[in-house]
Amino acid sequence: MAPPRSFLWTRRIVLTLLTAFVLLPVYVMVSSSLKPLADVTGTFRWLPSSLTVRPYIDIWSTVPLAKYFVNSLIVAGAATVCSVVIAIFAAYAVSRYDFRGKRVFTVTVLSTQMFPGILFLLPLFLIYVNIGNATGIALFGSRGGLILTYLTFSLPFSIWMLIGYFDSVPRDLDEAALVDGCGPLKALFRVVVPAAVPGIVAVAVYAFMTAWGEVLFASVMTNDTTRTLAVGLQGYSTLYDVYWNQIMAASLVVSVPVVAGFLLLQRYLVAGLTAGAVK
Amino acid sequence: MTTTAPVTTGRRAPRDGSPAGPVPGGPRRRPGRLRRTALPYLLLLPALLFELLVHLAPMVIGVVMSFKELTQYFIRDWGAAPWSGLGNYRVSVDFDGPVGEELLRSFFVTVGFTVLSVALCWLIGTAAAVCMQDTFRGRGLLRALFLVPYALPVYAAVITWVFMFQHDNGLVNHVLHDQLGLTDKPSFWLLGDNAFVALLTVSVWKGWPFAFLIVMAGLQNIPKDLYEAAALDGAGTWQQIRRITLPSLSAVNQVLVLVLFLWTFNDFNTPYVLFGKTAPASADLISVHIYQESFATWNFGRGSAMSVLLLLFLLVVTGVYLAVTSRGRRTARA
Repeated sequence: MAPPRSFLWTRRIVLTLLTAFVLLPVYVMVSSSLKPLADVTGTFRWLPSSLTVRPYIDIWSTVPLAKYFVNSLIVAGAATVCSVVIAIFAAYAVSRYDFRGKRVFTVTVLSTQMFPGILFLLPLFLIYVNIGNATGIALFGSRGGLILTYLTFSLPFSIWMLIGYFDSVPRDLDEAALVDGCGPLKALFRVVVPAAVPGIVAVAVYAFMTAWGEVLFASVMTNDTTRTLAVGLQGYSTLYDVYWNQIMAASLVVSVPVVAGFLLLQRYLVAGLTAGAVK
Repeated sequence: MTTTAPVTTGRRAPRDGSPAGPVPGGPRRRPGRLRRTALPYLLLLPALLFELLVHLAPMVIGVVMSFKELTQYFIRDWGAAPWSGLGNYRVSVDFDGPVGEELLRSFFVTVGFTVLSVALCWLIGTAAAVCMQDTFRGRGLLRALFLVPYALPVYAAVITWVFMFQHDNGLVNHVLHDQLGLTDKPSFWLLGDNAFVALLTVSVWKGWPFAFLIVMAGLQNIPKDLYEAAALDGAGTWQQIRRITLPSLSAVNQVLVLVLFLWTFNDFNTPYVLFGKTAPASADLISVHIYQESFATWNFGRGSAMSVLLLLFLLVVTGVYLAVTSRGRRTARA
């Protein structure tokens, strides 16, 4: 049965308005990044007076954007890999074994989502400084410290989602592998992990986005050499003249890797959520 | 949608159906038993260690700090800071004093902001997901498009909004004042009372796609035959949405609203990038307020006390929320 006209019209209006709402900032970002400076310092113009790629060249010299970019890549990449591997182990344990403290573990891990970041920012800072003083491992100000911090940010959600996903992989599969003489770890990596690739991809995307976009800890825990994009991008606006065209160009450049990756892999995220989190 | 997910309906069956699940407690009476029982704990060890180091230990230390007179003189050796008992808490909740008064105001701003933002995000996200439940041309493209605000790094998106809200060269004033003539003179969006509207707009723009994503995933778990049966009974599209779609989402909504609430309440990134270190009073969210209170005055003990109060509040709200909504759902089902 075809939906009634009232529904079709409501749908059309809702979706059109939302598209406009979503696209407005995207349009501003893209169009302003191609404008000469005069266009972004005067009254706003919908269309550039002339198109220029100058901002895309200048962004690399106004602030050391390439360095920030590399830092962000290293930090987010390493945090993602570690977080995913750790989450796979933990989720496998919860999904396939009954053990004492299982419930306490899942509840505790999830409840960390509730903590205000501000509550553990300073204590964490003190812990890192003290570990550095005691062992000589420099965590504060280093990429390592940031990686460590970020991997735990995405861990609770990743574990939660992978538990649901692993639960949806039939147990007969890895039981068969166990009967065939595989060890539990071999069964995990030979059978469960390949069957759960979409969920794992989704979790990896989430972990990368989390690390790539975090501002609070990045602003406190980095120094000049380890600064990430989240903090570095603010360098453009502290200048005497605000180069809005360059800021927009830089924003676009730092967004492209995550947005492209996310859009390519979003169907996995939806599938992963459907199988795991929302059940 | 072509999903590569394994058949999701199989999830419960193996666990409930096969009494000989692989390992409750490990296979007894076999050698290797100790290793088998230790295995789940070994698998959890890395996750536990990191969570302990980065979340739980700092939280305990944060609570300890809140009872100390931890000012800048003691940063190097925070153990040496004198104890202050409940002093930090007393200052924070003394709503007649300047510190407590501002904290209370910031708290109310945050509550108002969070309620509005969560309500709008949920409403828009659900509306969009329901609109896109059936297939139509361009649906996949639209879905990808709607997820862009969620995928964009917070700072890149919020900086763009800062540009749009500029007084002289921003898009918002250009449209509202120059083109539509709705205001007498260009407004300041990032100062004064307007800042609340600006913050809410950005927060909803950034937050609704998550609600959309979750509701969309939830919709896929509603059995198709429910709709077919309803259609046979003569229920129209609107009725199907009201009678089947929305009630089926109650489990998803319970978690979604809670998660949105906690994230919005604790959000630091959006206001921090939007306003910088000092937010205007109308948009002074509690995370930024505490951050500012700690780092501007270097009084970390007091900042910790405020964070602990915030955590307690969130714990109570979460507990009450879960208790009430779980009971509501049980009675609804009975």
